Parts: sequence; C-alpha cells; structure tokens
Amino acid sequence: MADLVTLAEGVAALIHDGDTIALEGFTHLIPMAAGQEIIRQGRRDLTLARMTPDLVYDQLIGAGCARKLIFSWGGNPGVGSLHRFRDAVEHGWPVPLEIEEHSHAGMANRYVAGASGLPFAVLRGYRGTDLPDQTDTIKPITCPFTGEILTAVPALNPDVTVIHAQRADRAGNVQLWGITGVQKEAVLAARRSLVTVEEIVDDLVPKAGAIVLPTWAVTAVAEVPGGARPSYALGYYDRDNRFYQDWDAISRDRGTFADWLKGIAA
Amino acid sequence: MSDYTADEMMTVAAARALASAKACFVGIGLPSTAANLARRTANPDLVLVYESGTIGAKPSRPPLSIGDGELAETATAVVSVPEMFNYWLQPGRIDVGFLGAAQLDRYANINTTVVGDYHQPRTRLPGAGGAPEIAASCREVFIVVRQSLRTFVERLDFRTSVGFGDGPGDRERLGLPGKGPQLVITDLGVLEPDATTKELTLTSVHPGVDAQQVQEKTGWSLQIDPDLRTTEPPSIMELAALRKLKET
Repeated sequence: MADLVTLAEGVAALIHDGDTIALEGFTHLIPMAAGQEIIRQGRRDLTLARMTPDLVYDQLIGAGCARKLIFSWGGNPGVGSLHRFRDAVEHGWPVPLEIEEHSHAGMANRYVAGASGLPFAVLRGYRGTDLPDQTDTIKPITCPFTGEILTAVPALNPDVTVIHAQRADRAGNVQLWGITGVQKEAVLAARRSLVTVEEIVDDLVPKAGAIVLPTWAVTAVAEVPGGARPSYALGYYDRDNRFYQDWDAISRDRGTFADWLKGIAA
Repeated sequence: MSDYTADEMMTVAAARALASAKACFVGIGLPSTAANLARRTANPDLVLVYESGTIGAKPSRPPLSIGDGELAETATAVVSVPEMFNYWLQPGRIDVGFLGAAQLDRYANINTTVVGDYHQPRTRLPGAGGAPEIAASCREVFIVVRQSLRTFVERLDFRTSVGFGDGPGDRERLGLPGKGPQLVITDLGVLEPDATTKELTLTSVHPGVDAQQVQEKTGWSLQIDPDLRTTEPPSIMELAALRKLKET
C-alpha cells in the first residue's frame, strides 16, 4: 500500500544519489515541484530518463544534479532550445552530461518492456538513421517468423519513477486523465514510485477515460497542489505558456539561471 | 506588389497540400500552423494527430506545444504515447506526416539532432522526437522548412530521419513502409522527388521568385523541372483565415 507522505519526505526516502530516475508527463502533468524538491535536497550523479526533458530536467541539469540523460526530444516546445541542457552538452557546464539518445517510439517501447517484465521491446524504427551508431541501446533484430529486420531496445527500469496526477484517495489509489503519455508504463517499470497529486479526496469517483494506478502499485503519494506548474493539470489549471516563453531568457544565461535557482531554495 | 509575406505563402501552400489527406501527424511549429489552416480552408474534415496522444484535435488556435490542454479537450480520442506510436503510426494508419527540419539534403533526409560533431556539437538541437518513425511509417511525408544555405546542405551533420537515404531503392532496402517525402514546401517554392532518381527537384516557385534565387539558397546543384510552375498566390480567403489563426 502506498504511504501518504509530504513531498520532502517522499523525495528523501525514495531518491538517492546515483539513482536512475524518471519524471514523466508528456507536456501535461509534469512533476515540476518534485523536480525542484530534488534540487533543494541536493541530489547528485542522477541518471535522468524522460522522453521530453522539458523545463523540469533543464532545471535539474543546470543545478548540477545529473550525470546522464536518457531522452528523445530535448527542446522547449514551441519556444526553442533548452539552454541548460545545451550548455551541459556543448560545454560540460556545470558538470559534463553523458547522453543516451532515442526516438519517442523507442523510449515509449523501452518503458513498455520495463512495465511488462520483458528484457527488450521490438519496433519498426531507427533503420537508416545515425542514431544506432551513437546509442548502444539500439540493436537490429531478425523476426524469427518472417525474417524481417526490426529494431530491439532494452527495457528501461528506473530505480524511481515520479509522476504528477490529478488526485488520489486516502488509501493511495491514484487517478489521472487527459493526456496521460507514458506515465502508467513508467510507474509500472520502476522499482519505486512517487506520485504527487493536486488533491487527496475521500472518494475517488470513477471518471471516463481515466487511468487508475492501484495503491499497491505505488510506493508513496504526496499532496502537492499546483505541483505541475508551469505545465498543467487538466481540470485544475492551464499550461502557463508565458512562463515557458520566459524560461528562454531565464535559462539562456548562467547568471540569470543562478538567480532563479536561489529563488526556489527553501 | 505582394501584400503577403513569404512565410504566409509557404504556410498556405502547405495547407493546400493537405486538401485530400484523411489524417495528418502534426509536428509543432510551421507544420502545426499549416495543418490548422488546412482545417479552416482546404480540408475541414482533416484529422489532426499530435504525438502527445490526441487524435482528431480541433483547437481554436494553434497550440504552443503538442500537448496543450485544448488538444485533449477537443480530440475524438486521447490515447497513450505507446499506443500512438505502436497502434496508430507504426502500421501506416496515418496517411500524411508533416515535419520540419534543421538540415535537409538532396534526398530529403532530415537532421534535427546536432550541427557539427555529435560528441562536440557546435549546436545541440532537440533531437529525434517522433520524426524517425513518422518519416518511416506515414504513407507520405510533407516537409515545411524555410530555405537557406544553412538548412539545404550537401551533407547532413547527422541523419535523424530518413527520406530517400542514399538514393533509389534505399527505403525498400531498409524496410521503411511509407513512400517517403513527397513534397518539400519552402518560403521560395516547392520541391518534389524525381520519380527515378529520388533527388529533390524544384517543381514550383512562389510568385516573384525565380529558379536562380532558389539555387542561391540551396547547398547543392539543384535539379529544376523543365515544366517549372508558379505557385498560385494566396487567395483573400486563405490569407484572412491564416491571419485570424495567428492573432487568436
């Protein structure tokens, strides 16, 4: 059964230096508050996995928490670059960042394999691209039935997956809806999981199209209203597109980023 | 003489290309603006598919990201990301993939990964996202990109997504099920692959542009269709719809 915890307790108990962690959420329900708590608690040498690093990983990378990034699209959607990510890759600042680069289809299938308890997944992808030359976790595989050459990618099993959801009940059952991305697979693939929610309610009223993660499949739940801002939580608040645009200037320069970082310190 | 910009001509030409499409996998930026314009002009029934998992999104304004809330709220169906790539894209259920590019070569291969060396990049770009599998599996691919020597290069620094690879027969050899890029729409004109050589050939120039100007912004010796056409300028209705879309 999931423990109901504070965000600080959850991060302290579940996330350790050197862990491989996945903070998932595809544009919607990005666990931003959890990312900033990881920065405040000063975690180091993390391997960060996430399809779209987005602002949440730009912040962790700029704060020096990460040693490696496993990803498939590292931009600020509709705005441009993730400057802290670029500074780390191009100049090794504040620390060198190793990268393991995939496509979205490959990353999604790595989580599916992880959630399924399989060692790898198969897809029709990457063929003819330069990605397999740079990424060890992309290999050709021959279909034993047809002889077609396909691509295999290994399961991704994070030590900890962190997601944000709309709500949970007091028993720790979690409910999320709208664009649910790859969160279910990322939680089920992980050894431990932390879910932040907009609210904890007495009765989890069923909702059409919602995903429910049963309490016994989740390690800890923390109530963090607004925990996805400036991303959004459908039914609670909209995406703060203005902040995504403002992030371009905040993150472009090491000094202004350092000022921002001071602003989130406890 | 012209009362529209080169970017507006490009977007209108891209929207027209979607006139007979059923479902379109939409990338963010220029492709998204064009696909949303198509729903207001050439093809009101066009099904917009965004990689966030929204199928049949009907946004009132072009979204900033591919996962804005309005996409989910107006979609016919919202599916998970693994389902999007495995059930909808991979088997070829989506007829048109609409992509952008940071670099493009004569075989319409695309780089969105790095400029310079992979390990010591001059510019680290966002990377692949959904593009390699969109380029592989959509029945056909349209590319919208502003034309410049920086973009239209002799040699890509990195091949992120495959157009026609190294030439004729390469897609078949690689087992890529889609037909590959069928149109490259720029701010200067339209390029299409030659039926035999698969090399991009200039088939249309936008009004006021000549082939020499296009060559000057292309980093290789450009093939030009002997029957080079001039693109129909944007109609008053198309321009009005585009400007309304941009201001909302």
